Amino acid sequence: MAVPVRSARSAAHLLFLRVAVLVTVALGANYIIWRWFFSLNWDAWWIAVALVLAETYSLIDVALFGLTMWRARDRELPAAPVPDLTVDVFITTYNEPVELVKRTAQAARRIRYPHATWILDDGNRPEMREAAQLLEVGYITRGPDWQNRPLHAKAGNLNNALMSTEGEFLLILDADQVPLPHILDHTLGYFNDPKVALVQTPQVFDNVSAGDPLGSQAPLFYGPIQQGKDGWNAAFFCGSNALVRREALMQLGITRYVLEMERVVTRALAGAARVLDRAGRADDAQDPIVQTALHEVGAAIGDTRIAIAAGETIGNATYTLQQRIASVSRDLVAVDLRLLTLDLAAIAELQVETDADSFIPAHSLELLAARDLSPLGALESVQVLLRSIDVDRADEAQPLMPLATISVTEDMATSMRLHGLGFSSVYHHETLALGLAPEDLGTMITQRLRWAQGTMQVMLRENPLLQRGLSVPQRLMYFSTMWSYLSGYAALVYFAAPAVFLCFGILPVNTTALEFFLRFLPFMVANQLLFIISSHGISTWRGQQYSLALFPVWIKATTTAAANVVFHRPLGFAVTPKTRQEGTAAWHLILPQIAVAIVLVVSVIIGVTRLGLGLGEPIGTLVNLAWVIFDLLILSVLVPAARFRGSTTKESTP
Amino acid sequence: MQFTVTDQGDGIAVVHIAGRLNMVTAPRLREVVAASVAAGQNRVAVDLSDVDFIDSSGLGALIGGLKTARQAGGDLRIAAPNEQVRLVLQLTNMERVLTAYPAASDAFHG
Repeated sequence: MAVPVRSARSAAHLLFLRVAVLVTVALGANYIIWRWFFSLNWDAWWIAVALVLAETYSLIDVALFGLTMWRARDRELPAAPVPDLTVDVFITTYNEPVELVKRTAQAARRIRYPHATWILDDGNRPEMREAAQLLEVGYITRGPDWQNRPLHAKAGNLNNALMSTEGEFLLILDADQVPLPHILDHTLGYFNDPKVALVQTPQVFDNVSAGDPLGSQAPLFYGPIQQGKDGWNAAFFCGSNALVRREALMQLGITRYVLEMERVVTRALAGAARVLDRAGRADDAQDPIVQTALHEVGAAIGDTRIAIAAGETIGNATYTLQQRIASVSRDLVAVDLRLLTLDLAAIAELQVETDADSFIPAHSLELLAARDLSPLGALESVQVLLRSIDVDRADEAQPLMPLATISVTEDMATSMRLHGLGFSSVYHHETLALGLAPEDLGTMITQRLRWAQGTMQVMLRENPLLQRGLSVPQRLMYFSTMWSYLSGYAALVYFAAPAVFLCFGILPVNTTALEFFLRFLPFMVANQLLFIISSHGISTWRGQQYSLALFPVWIKATTTAAANVVFHRPLGFAVTPKTRQEGTAAWHLILPQIAVAIVLVVSVIIGVTRLGLGLGEPIGTLVNLAWVIFDLLILSVLVPAARFRGSTTKESTP
Repeated sequence: MQFTVTDQGDGIAVVHIAGRLNMVTAPRLREVVAASVAAGQNRVAVDLSDVDFIDSSGLGALIGGLKTARQAGGDLRIAAPNEQVRLVLQLTNMERVLTAYPAASDAFHG
């Protein structure tokens, strides 16, 4: 497994591939136009429209894949790195076994090019600190600044380490990714080009048993797809086995900080003015001292807006404002004390009333309880807003967050922003680290769900199609990956359509068999040829199976990510048990797929029966039977996966 | 690389930096500012007149120091950047956050 995976792509191969792309897209367009305009069965529109939408989705997916492959690039080994570069090797861990991290750290120490190795322990475990000391590698955990502030998972862990280290380049490794000694010798040379910010190498796993039942290896992604993206300068960061230029990350952190501060301050200034207006109009804010205070705050805010509009830096403008607010607050302390006595008197009166005749003036009670209705409460909420009109990013542990925190997959979002700043990336197609893949279906599903959720978060928060700094192909390359995660809905239709026909004789396509095959088959054949040519000898069937068979995961990812971004609901990670349930297969994890398989088998029985009774149309039945068999073959990937108990040779499970 | 801290009285400290303010020296600047703020001088003027090179990590340390000072009710200001430093401030848009004063002595009395 440790052999470099290199395969030169000849000019002839690339030409052949481009012809295949053009032919596939042309035949696909021919098919889909005919489907939309000349063959929709409107009598069964509910399944007809669903099917044609799913087919359109797939055609766009294929077209994006074609665009990806258009400039697939094989890189030569870069020049040997110049001496004296400084490199930090970061090993990120949260709860992985100490032994597993030690194994990675030992290998990291053996990397030949001079470097410093650090264990970034988000679990803050004493035994891990001890292990780091014994191995003589650095140990970094979160400081007190992170208490009661968002931790941002792995992105936060890396951002924290960035502030206490000083290497020009960072090699980022997941806890289980054991690096080979020449990993830096083969990659640092790319950074001779000052524009290069990122070098990503493949993620390969050496604990995967023959046949790869869980589809852990991703030879199509860490191969043709990343090479294709690389051709458009859009190879992206995948979180581990990657090198990053510190200067690029810090520059990103600073530009994002400035953007963020400008946005926050502008928004807060506008918001504060509204809150002040409301507070000033309230009936019980008529105390003259409070009115004066509110007035002064309002004047200060007005001055701040004028100053910023006139070109004052937000640093100085907010400082001046904070100083004025501080003096207003000091004046108010006296008022606060006086009102507090009044409040107490009011409460005392109420209690007397309640005791006397058990009559509770609910309205008054509520008024007193709702602190924001009282003048001081209003001013307090104003203060909260005013506190946010500052450049200290008080809500975050550190002002700079170079690694993006908008998504649980910080890697993709970060590389997109780096590309947006004009930096370039490299995909280096050589195995330079060996990791451990999940060894049971549950862990694998959780991992895929997380990737899909993270990708969807980026798509919804920073849609690549709308990012100004990116070239059009770069936008499409990022979008392509996001688009592929929408496949769950299409899969559902592809499972439903043949079952609907076999059970009810409803055909979504309104045509003759000949017409259908004339348009569909050439497209299908070209499509498969394109995949064969692109994959260049790599087996892609496992990947194709999983992209459809995991449809409930993809659907859950899109719905939870949308709920998270739009309604601020937590993503709600399913916590998978660390120990596999011995002796039982994991059928409970794939109930939707089992249900689909049962429906498909039942529909076969019904379809054949209908044919025997002379109810079913023969060619249609045959086509749909073939379709169902294809669907069942796709789903069959889950049977060995659910029964899989991990490779027996490995002692450690991530 | 050298840091010199001068107490100006009235809670003001001037941090004079000589040499390169980059990823190697940035952590030290953060420490110096933190120490100054902890000692009660929460208004820090950073004198950049003898800084001949700054990178994004150097800027990052200035922002880190700004946060430290602000949270203690003070401020961090910069003074006398040379051409290269000015250019970096421009390119990163940091000039919209930090005002560059002509001299450190003016930073809090301008």
